[in-house]
Amino acid sequence: MTTATHRTDPGGTSQGLFEDPERVARGLGWFSIGLGLAELGAPRGLARMIGVNDDDDNRNTLFALGLREIASGVAVLARPRSALPMWNRVGGDIMDLALLGRALRADSSERNRVAAATAAVIGVTVLDALTAQKLHAGTRDGADGKPHGGIHVTRAITLTRPREEVYWFWHDFENLPRFMEHLESVRVLDQNRSHWTARAPAGTTVEWDAEITDDRPNELIAWRSLPGADVSNMGSVRFLDAPGGGTEVRVELRYDPPGGKMAAAIAKLFGEEPSLQLSSDLRRFKQVMELGEVVRSDATVTHGPHPARPPELDEIPDAPRAIEQEALEGAIR
Amino acid sequence: MKAVCWEGKKNVRVEEVPDPKILNTQDVILRVTSTAICGSDLHLYNGFVPGMERGDVVGHEFMGEVMEVGPAVRNLKTGDRVVVPFPIACGECAMCRQDLFSVCENSNPNGWMAEKLWGHSPAGIFGYSHLLGGFAGGQAEYVRVPFADVGPIKVPDGMPDEQALFLSDIFPTGYMGADMCNIKPGDVIAVWGAGPVGLFAMASAYLLGAERVIAIDRFPYRLQMARERARVWETINYEEASVLERLNELTGGRGPDACIDAVGMEAHGPTAMYAYDRAKQALMLETDRPIALREAVQACRNGGTVSVIGVYGGFIDKFPMGSLMNRSLTIRTGQCHVQRYMRPLLERIQRGEIDPSFVITHRLRLEDAPRGYDMFLHKRDNCEKVVLTT
Ligand SMILES: NC(=O)c1ccc[n+]([C@@H]2O[C@H](COP(=O)([O-])OP(=O)(O)OC[C@H]3O[C@@H](n4cnc5c(N)ncnc54)[C@H](O)[C@@H]3O)[C@@H](O)[C@H]2O)c1
Ligand SMILES: [Zn+2]
Ligand SMILES: [Zn+2]
Repeated sequence: MTTATHRTDPGGTSQGLFEDPERVARGLGWFSIGLGLAELGAPRGLARMIGVNDDDDNRNTLFALGLREIASGVAVLARPRSALPMWNRVGGDIMDLALLGRALRADSSERNRVAAATAAVIGVTVLDALTAQKLHAGTRDGADGKPHGGIHVTRAITLTRPREEVYWFWHDFENLPRFMEHLESVRVLDQNRSHWTARAPAGTTVEWDAEITDDRPNELIAWRSLPGADVSNMGSVRFLDAPGGGTEVRVELRYDPPGGKMAAAIAKLFGEEPSLQLSSDLRRFKQVMELGEVVRSDATVTHGPHPARPPELDEIPDAPRAIEQEALEGAIR
Repeated sequence: MKAVCWEGKKNVRVEEVPDPKILNTQDVILRVTSTAICGSDLHLYNGFVPGMERGDVVGHEFMGEVMEVGPAVRNLKTGDRVVVPFPIACGECAMCRQDLFSVCENSNPNGWMAEKLWGHSPAGIFGYSHLLGGFAGGQAEYVRVPFADVGPIKVPDGMPDEQALFLSDIFPTGYMGADMCNIKPGDVIAVWGAGPVGLFAMASAYLLGAERVIAIDRFPYRLQMARERARVWETINYEEASVLERLNELTGGRGPDACIDAVGMEAHGPTAMYAYDRAKQALMLETDRPIALREAVQACRNGGTVSVIGVYGGFIDKFPMGSLMNRSLTIRTGQCHVQRYMRPLLERIQRGEIDPSFVITHRLRLEDAPRGYDMFLHKRDNCEKVVLTT
């Protein structure tokens, strides 16, 4: 699978390693949480590991640093496109360096290990600073890194099913909610027009009418919302023979969140990462085409996070009904 | 039902959880009769596998009796006794059609997580993190098994659980480790790690025609098992001798024709490199400690094969790429494509060529799983393999 997300970003220029500072920021966020957990959970082991004396003082310091690391990691993950939490991390790094510097001078420390830890922290500081700088540059003219001027996502997937079959399945827009998670329903109105209802936060929905703008059998379907849509959008899907058999499906979606309240709702609806949403939708599309149903696990069958243990019956949204229905469709297929 | 739940680092508990349910049309529900603790479970236990959450049911080596059958299942019925492969595979995608079951494209509903870490997603695995699907595991009284027509195979009447159970993972895994070495008559194979996976790799190397097998570990009782049960030719205790020097001696200076890493990301070592890797791992600058892997590359003869069945999770440091490249080595690896090997290996068991129960040292009740984990982790009481029964 390949993916690309483009945001209209007049000021943004990307270069080298920091092509995707958001991803680096996320990585650093997780790094913070992991290190923080280590500092909280095993301050003794960590003290020994980095070569400082395992006394109450140092352990308490590590505990405090652990809390700070976790807080900064969560902050970065909550707003991976924002430079501010990253600059906070840089501040934290400098604090670590000061502490390590002190340890380096203390008689009770193992110099080599402290020096190694110091070198490591310097490396992280440089990475943090570069990422913060890059994020800062990228969001100069947007508030908090929110896309300004629409969302554009493309994503591709390969299926073992023949092109005709895949085309005809997609051509019936009423099939789309079977794998597009945020779609509640699509009703076909006539040959060209359809009515779409999508789930929005807090139990609300957004709706729009769409028309097909291009339709080439077994090759391409394109559509766009009609004036008056809650959220104007357009999309296209291309079907190509995959080398070696099967079908490549390439999807392109464009959303133009209007201003005001709706814009916020839409941003939430399509998530921090619209390309991730599309990618998961296409994964389910492949499952429906190749297996006749969406694959469920104990942790993913429920709405919201769930541990990997069997859910209670009432935690499974209409599962028994869904299974019967899919069994029926499977039998028909 | 009762199930073994992961509750944080070095903390598993047997808890009461809801019974499993049919969630897809090709599911069956099993009553688990036997299940085992694997070296891979130790990576979860020690907190090295990302994407675990408190309350996750673990366990991926299990067998049992079919209790309930989903509407689309054709090959199994209530009452059948089956053993289940640990990777979950759909049988329909391009990878499954090439027998690459552990990289099935459809069985990980959390594929996006794995894509972030690894670029693309492998198959889902029972009881092995949300990164690999969030499927409840089989160290439990009951378990849900998806794609029941693809994975599980029926156990012949009269074959005891202990002979069939390891078809779920470690026998095929060890066998694949040897299979990837492309063994020819006269070949000398060295295996790092004399855990259950290593022992099956050693035994399988002989099944596939190796002339000599050398086992490397540091626990005398494990090296003794390798000699007595897997009938290896020589053993090396890496705490007593330099592995590279010893291997050169034993192979007339050539190095083994193939080297199998059956250790994985938590390797231990007596050297300064070990301290270096521990520190980097603690600082999260490296996720895995590739001590055995580095050694396996350095040791291998020119043009030989390094077969990696030990599990790695993320990133390693100081990988001897120069040695691999300049000496024309081949590296092969993967989570085992268990479905590919189950039937042929079942036949080998039936023909009496091997009795996989030779690795078992401890038989406990499911309730005693926490003690089993602790004992297996610390290699106490000469522990090699723990089987739990319900
Ligand atoms: N590829 C697969 O499909 C697959 C399947 C199952 C298990 N595994 C992996 O196989 C590995 C072994 O599993 P196991 O159940 O045998 O675990 P285990 O913990 O019982 O065995 C590991 C052995 O390696 C030894 N060891 C550690 N450092 C060493 C070194 N530097 N050199 C030589 N030996 C060393 C240990 O002493 C131990 O005996 C694990 O990483 C596990 O995750 C892979
Ligand atoms: Zn295993
Ligand atoms: Zn598959």
